Amino acid sequence: MFVTLYEEDFPLKDFEYCAPKTLREAVSLLAEKGESARVMAGGTDLIVQMRGKRFQTERVVDIKHIPELNELSFGNRKGLVIGAGVPCWRIYNDSEVVERYPGLIDSASIIGGIQIQGRATLGGNLCNASPSADTTPSLIAYSAVCHIVGPEGKRSMPVEEFCVGPGKNALKAGEILVSMQIPANKKNQGAHYQRFIPRNEMDIAVVGVGSWVELANRGKEFKNVRIALGAVGPTPIFASAASEALIGQAVSDEAIAAAGEAAQSVASPISDMRGPAEFRTHLVGVLVKRTLQGAVARAKGQFVANAVQEAAG
Amino acid sequence: MSKIHVQTTINGEETEFLCEPRQSLLEVLRETLGFTGTKEGCNDGNCGACSVQMDGVLANSCLVLAIEAEGKEITTVEGLASPEGLHPIQQKFLEHAALQCGICTPGFLVAAKALLDQNPTPTEHEVRHWLAGNLCRCTGYDKIVRAVLDTAEEMQSA
Repeated sequence: MFVTLYEEDFPLKDFEYCAPKTLREAVSLLAEKGESARVMAGGTDLIVQMRGKRFQTERVVDIKHIPELNELSFGNRKGLVIGAGVPCWRIYNDSEVVERYPGLIDSASIIGGIQIQGRATLGGNLCNASPSADTTPSLIAYSAVCHIVGPEGKRSMPVEEFCVGPGKNALKAGEILVSMQIPANKKNQGAHYQRFIPRNEMDIAVVGVGSWVELANRGKEFKNVRIALGAVGPTPIFASAASEALIGQAVSDEAIAAAGEAAQSVASPISDMRGPAEFRTHLVGVLVKRTLQGAVARAKGQFVANAVQEAAG
Repeated sequence: MSKIHVQTTINGEETEFLCEPRQSLLEVLRETLGFTGTKEGCNDGNCGACSVQMDGVLANSCLVLAIEAEGKEITTVEGLASPEGLHPIQQKFLEHAALQCGICTPGFLVAAKALLDQNPTPTEHEVRHWLAGNLCRCTGYDKIVRAVLDTAEEMQSA
């Protein structure tokens, strides 16, 4: 008999599928079912997890038909608004985002392969709350704010507060992540994300670091800094002390190296198949240094290649 | 759970089918509609054998619910050739012997076509980057990459 994997080995249990067109409708569909309802954006994590029977799902709420979730727009006042349902390919094909937020392109263009990027969203990456999510350190570095709507109305929070544990986010029952908002970029600001993987493509970060800087005094001084670490703790980490220690300092190799060491002290990596804890801690120092250097160069208007461009030579 | 009616376009033809919400697009393409060109490899988004285009965007059909095809335009490997003959990418795969066992081939063909749709003159690196989500355990990829580059060149000169 012809046996197919999807029938025999990885059956998806029956569930109800809903594709609401408004936020209000989506919230009530979710609130009705509590924990047994799941939001689907690109589905690249959710469908895999449902096949793995990680949770019982009675209702899947596809949020891709809600206008607010599909917004990708920039304005000088509001900055960049990324709807939680916007897939990666729209982000790296948007010339305004490419020009203004290269530190976001660094991470959005290396999640999975092209097929995954055709569906996967930054909002989903964030809600999935994997410690190694590539786009989350970029969002933290860029001071993104999460906009949430739920049965009790709207609320917002800094993105660094959104992930609360491995696979756990701050959303309450019935709540939906609507969008992430990043302040308008200015001259003298730059950001860079890098991850370490043992391959060229299609891998999960052993460590990922996103850094953002604002320079003053003709690019000679750090006016503001944000460093974010991925895959070295139960959630992505905003290395606030390491960031603040740089503020007011002259831009120098010594200051940047010291920031790398300071960031290492807040990393609490585990040892697993991707790498031992000691190696991960070492990588934090290396990647903080490199991403700060990249962010400084971009803040000065210089071109810094992302991983895709770098591999192209 | 009762079946849902879905109206979609597959390879340019309006198509309708009934599916359960839990069924993947891959499952419905193969089992309900008979588009067995789309292959199941890993069924979890790693191998690219089930690649299709949805409204022109490349996706793994194992990670798409069939019900999401409502109102979309789907292109499978069956949609590449025309009555006049094979698509140039298919012809070049034959000429370059860019396949051995063939299970990954439909996914590579669809992915390569999606690349050439939006970038008619890719560099070798761009081809390798674009196809990183398609796994082949036989060829070592080199012949595949050459076939894609040769296709691009031929389509440019045509």
